[in-house]
Amino acid sequence: MHQPRINKDICSGAIFIVIAGLFMLNVLKLPLGTSVRMGPGYFPLVLCVLLAALGVLTVLKGLRQVTDPPTRTAWRGLILITAAVIAFGVLVAPLGFIPALAIAVLISLFASIHMTFKLGGLMLVGIVAFCWAVFIQGIKLPWPILGPWLGGY
Amino acid sequence: MELFSDLAIGFGTALTVQNLVYCFVGVVLGTLVGVLPGLGPLATIAMLLPITFTLPPVSALIMLSGIYYGAQYGGSTTAILIKVPGESSSVVTTLDGHEMARQGRAGAALATAAIGSFFAGTVATLLLALFAPPLAEIALKFGPAEYFSLMVLGLIASVALASGSIVKALAMIVIGLLLGLAGQDIYTGTVRLNFGLSELSDGFDFVALAMGMFGLAEIIRNLEDERSRSTIMGKVQSVMVSKDELKQITPPIIRGTLLGSLLGILPGGGAMLSSFASYALEKKLSKTPERFGKGAIEGVAGPESANNAGAQTSFIPMLTLGIPSNPVMALMIGALIIQGISPGPNVVTSNPELFWGVIASMWIGNVMLVVLNLPMIRLWVRLLMVPYHVLFPCIVAICSIGVYSVSNNVFDIFAMAAFGVIGYVLVKLDCEPAPLLLGFVLGPMLEEHLRRAMLISRGSASIFFTRPISAALLALSALALASVLLPTIRKKREEAFQE
Repeated sequence: MHQPRINKDICSGAIFIVIAGLFMLNVLKLPLGTSVRMGPGYFPLVLCVLLAALGVLTVLKGLRQVTDPPTRTAWRGLILITAAVIAFGVLVAPLGFIPALAIAVLISLFASIHMTFKLGGLMLVGIVAFCWAVFIQGIKLPWPILGPWLGGY
Repeated sequence: MELFSDLAIGFGTALTVQNLVYCFVGVVLGTLVGVLPGLGPLATIAMLLPITFTLPPVSALIMLSGIYYGAQYGGSTTAILIKVPGESSSVVTTLDGHEMARQGRAGAALATAAIGSFFAGTVATLLLALFAPPLAEIALKFGPAEYFSLMVLGLIASVALASGSIVKALAMIVIGLLLGLAGQDIYTGTVRLNFGLSELSDGFDFVALAMGMFGLAEIIRNLEDERSRSTIMGKVQSVMVSKDELKQITPPIIRGTLLGSLLGILPGGGAMLSSFASYALEKKLSKTPERFGKGAIEGVAGPESANNAGAQTSFIPMLTLGIPSNPVMALMIGALIIQGISPGPNVVTSNPELFWGVIASMWIGNVMLVVLNLPMIRLWVRLLMVPYHVLFPCIVAICSIGVYSVSNNVFDIFAMAAFGVIGYVLVKLDCEPAPLLLGFVLGPMLEEHLRRAMLISRGSASIFFTRPISAALLALSALALASVLLPTIRKKREEAFQE
């Protein structure tokens, strides 16, 4: 009998249980109603219980298995891609469309190990110009190109 | 014949200049993303959702569907020429298609794929026109109990036919359902499952979820393994098949088309499953199965017909029942809902231009694909040389702008980032996010029908088992679930996915 290690099934099962718990916190505040007239909490409660049960099943399955072969995690991609998107979200209102997009693209460029300065520079200019042409000039999205922090409106 | 007058409406709609342009844009974009590995129709359609809001519903759906079946064409080109399946549905084409290319028969392989796809596309369009309206008519008689059971069957079957752990896939569906229920309760108006955030009082944003889980998460996953792609390419002389080859490929094309059409309708089916099943079938039927994997032309003809047929018939449950059979169809339903059209059996009668227009556009799109792609193969191949690190910053930019454009709400951008991280974590844990999307789309409908059925039955759950259609649908769901849980069948299923 192998000593069970942390593996994918145990992690997934645990996550399912946590998610079920988080939703449950929301559900408990809701009126359940009766089975004839279900309240807003009835069906979600059923689903939470179901999800928790599936989570327990998955953990039990994981306990019978050994640890997984190690896989590579794209930490660099995960952090930089997420950071790029969040940067756009944070900056688009104060700095405006063009600077926010440029910073987001700049961050995302670093996510690849193959990126060179020359290509990156070209792409930065290219993508921003393209998006400006398509979304501001073409589709006419009503966003200020420069935000209030940069003298825009 | 009513069919012809209906088709006439369809062609009348699809042949307007505007819709022809959107059809063209759709198939070209589809071919493009089919060619580019790492960018599939799912991510592309998710990215384009915000743009389609500004279009009339017919044009939007015509363009989006063009992307889906166009990608089947594009995927086969790269599979044959450089053994990189641009699309999951053309994985099997790499086996014999690329082998043919290495033997100097790339032209014949490409032509076979094109002929097969076109034939399959035509047949599937006809099947769609023939069977969708009667199916919708039956569905119109469905009460809430039948509808609830039908959706349960759809969800369960989509899990049963997918690869990977059943329990995890079921859990993904439930998470999707829960996420879909967030927002205002339709009956009482109570805001629920919003985690105390006022931004979530209208529920989770569909576009943010789709783009995060299928756009961003996919990028991160692709960045795990940045191998340089092989550039050894078969030379393409003339894209033609000889008379003998034509004779050889006719039966597999017909079989592939029929098999693909059938599997496409099933929930969880669609292009990928069809192509795998067809390859297995051709290998089994062949008198010389040892030729498979060594450049057998039947191994290209069958799967390439099947994936295109499957891609197109998977529209049948989406258009007639409002039930998505795969994640791409879930996105289409999302697009319809945002356009203010409630998908379901009513679409055929209440929006005939939409229904028939989309069907007619599929055939037109198939013609465009054949005419366009054969001469343009060289161009597509050159595009294939675009490295992924040039591609993904563009996707990041378009996703960020796209999700913000929907309602000019910064919260949606952060939600998308969060869904990206969640999507990647799920993939790392072998939890496919596709069932989650199906659940998300079906969640509100499932609950509504459940509540209505229970109201009718005065709170007795027996309504689902005493009404014959509903009982049959639930029995089928139980059967589907049992079939994947029983050990003997499970083994067979794993073998099938190994192949």
